Amino acid sequence: MADTNNPASEQRLEQLREQAWEKGVVTDRGVNVAGGPIPRKAGYYGQPVVKPPVWIWEIPVYFFVGGFGGMAAVIALAALAFAHTDVACTAMSLAVLAAIISPILLILDLGRPRLFINMLRVFKHRSAMSMGAWILTFFGSCAVPGLIALELHTLHSFSGDIDQLLRFFAGFFVAGSAFFGILLSTYTGVLLGATAIPAWFLHRVLLPIHFGTAGLGSAAALLELLGHRIAPLNAIGFFAAAVETALLIWLSFDKHGAADRAIHEHSSGWLIRISEILTGPLALVLRFFGFVPFAALSFLIGALVSRFGWIWVGKVSGSDPESVFAAEGY
Amino acid sequence: MIGEGIQSTNQRKHSYVQDRVEVGFFTDPSVCIGCKACEVACKEWNQVPDDGFTWSGNSYDNTGHLGASTWRHVMFLEQDRQKGNQITGSMGLPVDPASPVRTDPQSDMSAAGLAKAEDPFRWVFLSDVCKHCDEAGCLESCPTGAIVRTEVGSVLVQNDVCNGCGYCVVSCPFGVIDRRPEPLPDAGGAFKCTFCYDRQKSGLVPACAKVCPTESIVFGRLDDLRARGAERVQQLQQSGYSDAQLYDPRETSVHGIHAFFLILGEPEAYGLPPKPQIPTIYLQSAWTAAIATGFGAAVFAFAAFLFFS
Repeated sequence: MADTNNPASEQRLEQLREQAWEKGVVTDRGVNVAGGPIPRKAGYYGQPVVKPPVWIWEIPVYFFVGGFGGMAAVIALAALAFAHTDVACTAMSLAVLAAIISPILLILDLGRPRLFINMLRVFKHRSAMSMGAWILTFFGSCAVPGLIALELHTLHSFSGDIDQLLRFFAGFFVAGSAFFGILLSTYTGVLLGATAIPAWFLHRVLLPIHFGTAGLGSAAALLELLGHRIAPLNAIGFFAAAVETALLIWLSFDKHGAADRAIHEHSSGWLIRISEILTGPLALVLRFFGFVPFAALSFLIGALVSRFGWIWVGKVSGSDPESVFAAEGY
Repeated sequence: MIGEGIQSTNQRKHSYVQDRVEVGFFTDPSVCIGCKACEVACKEWNQVPDDGFTWSGNSYDNTGHLGASTWRHVMFLEQDRQKGNQITGSMGLPVDPASPVRTDPQSDMSAAGLAKAEDPFRWVFLSDVCKHCDEAGCLESCPTGAIVRTEVGSVLVQNDVCNGCGYCVVSCPFGVIDRRPEPLPDAGGAFKCTFCYDRQKSGLVPACAKVCPTESIVFGRLDDLRARGAERVQQLQQSGYSDAQLYDPRETSVHGIHAFFLILGEPEAYGLPPKPQIPTIYLQSAWTAAIATGFGAAVFAFAAFLFFS
């Protein structure tokens, strides 16, 4: 309340009365109502413009499992080609493990798990989710017989023509697993990239590269932790950590302001940052100094955290109306 | 159509589904009174669960945003174009005090005269709904084929096919469709406006349009409605609402919407994206990166075994 003895405030009221009488309107500011009853928020009262993803823990874990599983099949094929049969067997076991766990995670994630089979009702190349369901199906149908044939051939369970046939089947199905494995580890980046979530679609090129590299590094790291301390896997570990370091630098330069601030700010930004350091520079340095198991562990944890980070980024970005408006320019 | 009053297409029986005619909604906030009859009618006809009975805290809005259980959402916009510069009492008063006698009373009494005074406060109601895009993000992204295009051009979710994967939720550029959470009835599936396809098949008008007392929601043939919308914008602009425009993004990859709106001011204020894009346009670059990465990784894995074995 103003001072009742202040002649200036009385004068002011006289002035307003004068103005109202003469002009019919009072155009002065009055009380500044900033923060008043009408909220100043972006969009419609700060309501999200697009919908944030409904996915919780199953999808990021699936991204991780499918990522290492798919690339494990690639490593298995390469190992088989260069007569590292033991590595190939372990790698195919990882691939089969992923081929079993992944569908379970995907079914758990569904709102109506009993209708999971509807995923294979149609084949839609314009839906990354449909493509993913088919890729996982084909991957599983190659990995399981591939592992069985490979094990039977390695153990020499049969002899003569049957063994030769098993050898052919092992090669054929491992090659098939590797082909679909490549797609399995990278399509998840397309899945996020081809959506209406600004922080995702703005990085639709980076995401498949990141997910594929994280998958390759995780597969090598797991094989190393399972006892296969061989030079080729170490080289793959170096390569993956180097690419992840490059992606860290790319992401820190390729900023789009408010449109993708979920990657650089908030809790989601921290998850991305932590995962980048774990998969990139830290894994690289640890490997350089020969702490291979620690480098492998660092990469694996980073790869898992990264998947959670990217889903969290989607939740933050999708709930932020300003990010949608800012992304219109890109 | 304009001039027929409340006896226009909204109350007529039709055979659009049988005739395979593209239909639409034209929603006009300039005549909306914010009664929410559309919200109630939608819920009653479609048996959609309630949204809770608490206000959003900002206005008489208790639904907030379109979602799995909100298929019509009446927005209550309190626009303050110049907050604080309150102009009071301009209604019916001469705009220019220097010339109290109007030269053209008709135009000055109209909204144009009043708009000249730039009333900074404006209360707008707009009944938001699924846009039924020409190129629909949800439809393209659905892996089960649960989301289909009907004979009348609308986009329909087949509830018994949807397995609740949630991909349509992030693929809608308008944030319309959502997965219904537990413990609501029919939880787990994705839901949105059906354009009352069941009613349309029987020649009935969608429930929201049927009940709209001011015909702020008009249902009819899409081409008729587009003409009607253009006419209405012109009318409003002539009356001084210079910021009246149609919201029908036909030049973006969405290629126009079946449920379009007249808006006063910019689309952002309504939570509508100015340039909505269908996410499938991002597929090519993303898949290219994916396949390049995959084969790059394979080549490197082979090289690693070749050179380090």
